[in-house]
Amino acid sequence: MSDPTVSLLTTPLHALHLERGARMVPFAGYDMPVQYPMGVLAEHLHTRASAGLFDVSHMGQARLVGPQRIAALEALVPGDLEILKEGRQRYTVLTNDQGGILDDLMVTKRADDLFLVVNAACKDADLDHIEAHLAGFDARLERLPDTALLALQGPLAVSVLAGLDARAAEMGFMSGRWLSLCGVDCFVTRSGYTGEDGFEISVPAEAALDLAQTLIANEAVALIGLGARDSLRLEAGLCLYGSDIDTTTTPVEAGLSWIIGKRRRAEGGFPGASAIQQDLAQGPKRCRVGLRPEGKAPVRAHSAILGPQGEVVGEVTSGGFSPSLSAPIAMGMVPAELAAPGTAVSLVVRGKALPAHVVEMPFVAHRYHKA
Amino acid sequence: MSKLYFTEDHEWVSVDDDGIGTIGITDYAQKQLGDVVFVELPEIGREIERGGDAAVVESVKAASEVYSPVSGEVVEANDSLPEAPGQVNTDALGDGWFFKVRLSEPAELDELMDQEAYDAFVGELD
Repeated sequence: MSDPTVSLLTTPLHALHLERGARMVPFAGYDMPVQYPMGVLAEHLHTRASAGLFDVSHMGQARLVGPQRIAALEALVPGDLEILKEGRQRYTVLTNDQGGILDDLMVTKRADDLFLVVNAACKDADLDHIEAHLAGFDARLERLPDTALLALQGPLAVSVLAGLDARAAEMGFMSGRWLSLCGVDCFVTRSGYTGEDGFEISVPAEAALDLAQTLIANEAVALIGLGARDSLRLEAGLCLYGSDIDTTTTPVEAGLSWIIGKRRRAEGGFPGASAIQQDLAQGPKRCRVGLRPEGKAPVRAHSAILGPQGEVVGEVTSGGFSPSLSAPIAMGMVPAELAAPGTAVSLVVRGKALPAHVVEMPFVAHRYHKA
Repeated sequence: MSKLYFTEDHEWVSVDDDGIGTIGITDYAQKQLGDVVFVELPEIGREIERGGDAAVVESVKAASEVYSPVSGEVVEANDSLPEAPGQVNTDALGDGWFFKVRLSEPAELDELMDQEAYDAFVGELD
């Protein structure tokens, strides 16, 4: 239960959530909508079929400026930002000295800065961490606390947004540009965390409510809460920081080797590079895998994963019910020798070992815009 | 319709003339849970005690225990529920029932809330 003595932060859309009958929950220090009257299942399916609008204003936004901004951030992440073209976006991670992950984040190269979006729960720590490591670089971090973030996700997202600014339709996946939405300049990226085509819209806080109301006035668009956001990202096989990845998992173990640039693999130069290079060279000892329980019982995070001899070999890191598949799905960490798709394992739910097997991810095919 | 009794854990039981209690979760409970996606029902013949774990209901978000409001032997489970768990949302006090028990301690009913008392109890929660 929430502690009533701790006052929660609110986003610029808070009044809209209440007006729309959202059930609010404390999340990362914010009072956030977990679902609206439509319910998580319908919200999830609406996003897959049409377009969902998510308030993700609790996430952290910042810009890194200065002539050495790229070198400064490359000193903290394994992504190759040097080769990133202007207007292109990257998913990357902040690593620690052991090669573990401090957080995942999105980086977009803009004309005169790097635009960063970090997770809500870690935002202060992340931005403090980056700032603390700028000494020695001609670079400076500017936090953007007066900026809201809206995610418009789903197959109809592009037509909805193009109705406000036709240039939205010209954008490629993982690109960003300024669009004029409801008369306001917004920085928009064609990305998101649902596996669908969609956009994340960085909008000045004072214009966020007007933009949200304009978007939901379109009959294709429904407000979607954090409940469906989580089931959508799980179906898409995407990592939730703090559950699937954390300070004890390397990007290689997490199945995120693809985010480590070729040059960076060779040169290193980021925290924990030697541990990560070792994982890359020898293969990780354990791997994040997709799991399909054979029965209908949902399997939640922290359920034990049992190997062929019934011994505990790992733990479910995320799990739940897939509305698209009408079946339980999960992710977990297992020893590398049990990571091949088809491997039979058991998952412990309420003291019972339920049969499951390792599967390829995503559970539901991505439908990102291919330009 | 036979009289309904309620627990503070949001289960209901209605008892017929043969002393068989039908047990489910309340409309308030299903609204709190959200979309129900899975139920686990007790085996027929199992002896359960009042307040003991009897079933499990899982929403998209989380699993919750269903405690039996009364003691007795399980004589029937709602076989349609595992295939269509959404019945708990659409008809919590009807088609969404969980299981039936032959009451061993009918006097336990006196400890439960009636509709009026339960409505007042729920009113305090909101």
